[in-house]
This record gives sequence, C-alpha cells and structure tokens, in this order.
Amino acid sequence: MVAAAEASARGGIPAVWQRVITFLLCLLPLAWLVLRALTDQLSANPIEDITDATGTWTLRLVLITLAMTPLRRLTGWKWPLRLRRMLGLFVFFYASLHLMTYLWFDQFFLWSEILADIVERPFITLGMTAYALLLPLALTSNQASQRWLRRGWKRLHRLVYPIALLGVIHYYWLVKADVREPLLYGAVWLVLMGLRLHLPASTSRMNRQDEKKSL
Amino acid sequence: SLPGDIARSRFSTDEDLTPYDDVTTYNNFYEFGTGKGDPAENAHRLQTDPWSVTVEGECARPGTYALEDILKPHALEERIYRLRCVEGWSMVIPWVGFPLGDLIKRLEPTNNAKYVEFQTLHDPEQMPGQRRRILDWPYVEGLRMDEAMHPLTILAVGLYGKVMPNQNGAPIRLVVPWKYGYKSIKSIVKIRFKEQQPVSSWMKAASKEYGFYSNVNPNVDHPRWSQARERRIGEFLKRPTLMFNGYEEEVAGLYRGMDLREHF
Repeated sequence: MVAAAEASARGGIPAVWQRVITFLLCLLPLAWLVLRALTDQLSANPIEDITDATGTWTLRLVLITLAMTPLRRLTGWKWPLRLRRMLGLFVFFYASLHLMTYLWFDQFFLWSEILADIVERPFITLGMTAYALLLPLALTSNQASQRWLRRGWKRLHRLVYPIALLGVIHYYWLVKADVREPLLYGAVWLVLMGLRLHLPASTSRMNRQDEKKSL
Repeated sequence: SLPGDIARSRFSTDEDLTPYDDVTTYNNFYEFGTGKGDPAENAHRLQTDPWSVTVEGECARPGTYALEDILKPHALEERIYRLRCVEGWSMVIPWVGFPLGDLIKRLEPTNNAKYVEFQTLHDPEQMPGQRRRILDWPYVEGLRMDEAMHPLTILAVGLYGKVMPNQNGAPIRLVVPWKYGYKSIKSIVKIRFKEQQPVSSWMKAASKEYGFYSNVNPNVDHPRWSQARERRIGEFLKRPTLMFNGYEEEVAGLYRGMDLREHF
C-alpha cells in the first residue's frame, strides 16, 4: 500500500501492476509458441521449434534477470529489484519446459539414451549442469529460505552468473555453423558482469538497505 | 513440368512419402540462410535458367555444358529415397533424376580419376546466405569414384514429378541416399575429376565432426547428436536409424575392410 501510494505519488506504475505486467510479458513467449502450434505455424519439425523457443527464452530471461541489479545501480529505480525474483522464477519455468521437451518428446524418457547424451555430448552435459545448479535457486527463492539461509542465501544465488554462462556455452556448442546469436548472448553476459564489477554496489547506506529489503 | 515419361525404379522404397509442403519448407541450404525456413523464403532469387555445369580435371571431355545438353541423353526416373539428416531427422522423398554414373561415363574419366568433386554456385547476389562466411564458400562435396558410379547415386532435377524447387537444390543436385543429407550437394555448377580425395566444406569447418564418407551409421555418433535414432518428419516417436540408411545390402560392399569408425 505504502509502495503503491509512493509510486503513484511520483506518477509511476504501482508495484502490484509492475508485477502483473511482468508476469504477463514473461508468458508471452509461451503464448506465442502455443499460438503458432495451434495455427499450424510451426515447422515440419515442431519438437525442434519447441526446444529452440524454450531454450532461447531461458537464456534471454536469465540475461534480463542479471540486468536488474546493474539497471538499479545505473538509474536508481527501485522496480528492477522488485521484479528480479519473478524473472528468476520464469527462467526456471522456461528451463523446465526446455528440459521436459528434451526428456519427453525427444528421448521419451529413455534413460540409457539420456545418460549417454549427458556423458558424451558436452553441450548436453553443460545444459544439465546449468539446470542442476538452477534447481536449488528456484527452491530457495522464497522469503522463508532467505531468512533461513541468511548470508548464505546471497552467496548461493550468485550461482546465477555461472549458470547463465553455462547456458551461453550450451547454446554455442549446439550451433552447427552460425554462431552469431550465441556470441551475442555471450557478449551481453560479459557486459553485465563488467557492469556488476564496475558499478559501485551502493552509493549510500540507503541504497544498500533498499537492495537488502527488496531481495 | 519435366519432359518425357518418368519411369519407376526398383530402387524406390514403398514407405510413406513426406508431404510436399514439408519437403519444400524445411530445408538445410545455408546459401539461403541457416534457419530451416530461410531457403523457402529466399531461394526465389536464384536464377536457374540458363544454367551450365563446368567439367574439369581427369577426364577426356572437360568443358562447360549447358544444363539441357547434360540432361538430353538421360531418361528421367523416379527414385523414392529415404533422406537422413545428420541432425537426427529424416524424410522420404520422391526424387526425379538419373544415375550420376551414366553422366560420368559420357565424360570419360581417365585412370587417374579416383574421386569426383562437386561445387555449388557461388553468387551472394542470388544466394544471400553467402554474404556471411558461415562456411568457406562455394560449398564443396565429393565422392569416391565407386560411390559416384553406384546405381543408387543420382543427379536429381525434380521431386514429386515436378521441376526441382529452388530451395531443394535446383536446377540439378546430387542425391546419395546412404549418406547424411549434407553430402547431397545442391545447385551444382562444377564437377571435377580428381586423383586426390576432395576436402568438403563441412570437413573444412569441423573435421572432427564431419568426415569424407559421412555414411549413415547408427553405431558411430556425431559429437552433437546420437545417430542411433531419428525422427521421421511428421512422426512423433523416433525410429531406429538403419545402417547405411537402410541401403546396406546395396552399398556395404563399397566399404568392405574399412574401419567405419575411423572413416566416418
């Protein structure tokens, strides 16, 4: 209530609407995919399309999530940090769709094949590793875990940086010849890491408290 | 439409055909872009008439031939073949063409001709995908002479009884059904008889992943894809991949005594 009043007083969008809008925006890629499927707009190999779309959006969303802290520090806006948790959970959502597409539609839960893939194909090894690392972050994204883990929580959630990098390399190793898109994501990751290192964590005590509160 | 009667062939499979729309909209033809839908979208830029093919190297009849002169002596036949892509999907396509071996005989290769090398057109104006160096253009592929002379190996000028759509490699392309799809080079402008084994574009791009032979082999995995199974386009469940894409009886003899793990 206070936040909403504060936001509207400054002419901004109330916090609750920020969340609703972000939620709907994050569902758009999935909605678009479903629409294409229902209107027969997918290619002759729809499972490949689903794998591509869910994988690509996992990667884009994890980079968007990583952009929230630098955005906060560059602009002083508060909303980026408020939306970070939801964005992170959508990363997990799309990653899960991506993984399920592979396990179910691509391998039909043939565990011997899946195991062989994990062991023999480096891009799958990386993808699986990234998901395994993402899982504890999703499970501890609630406030109870935050309180329970205290300082460890922040350390744990810094895992998102290597996870994003694993995702980029996973994509890079998958592509046969045209590596422009994975390289672009790699460049974005580097810029975000650089910003994180070069922007002061907080310019004032107030800022620091903001960041803590809105974790 | 294509000239003359199109004869059936004993080499055809009776498996269900992949629909025309799928065959012509889901393509790997990087000259028109790396997306599967790019070729269908961009290939209208390709001018296939007039078209000529240059013949070079170890043969008695080198020269530049108009496409009509290449095709004239050959009766066209329909060959319904399985096509297996290295990426793990497959189709069944009714090609229209004639045996490559019949053309090679006319060109009278010398005793030094151990291999045949093919080149795709290189013209970034017509092939926008070539404006970026995804591969070392022009696209190059090659066959050992006995593979090239094998009765299953054809030059195709059409599919589904119609003139070859540009995105499928018009006006003339190779089809080698027991090898991964990328061996079947499209829009051919050059044929060269060589004593040395050609280096294909994909070998240049990633020699550990793509070998010269590229025979379909469920027992030899590609680093990115298991080759044990494949998804037939239009089907949900995967099916096991067959040795030499199901043409083992016809072609296994070509590779007798060779270690297919080494010569992949």
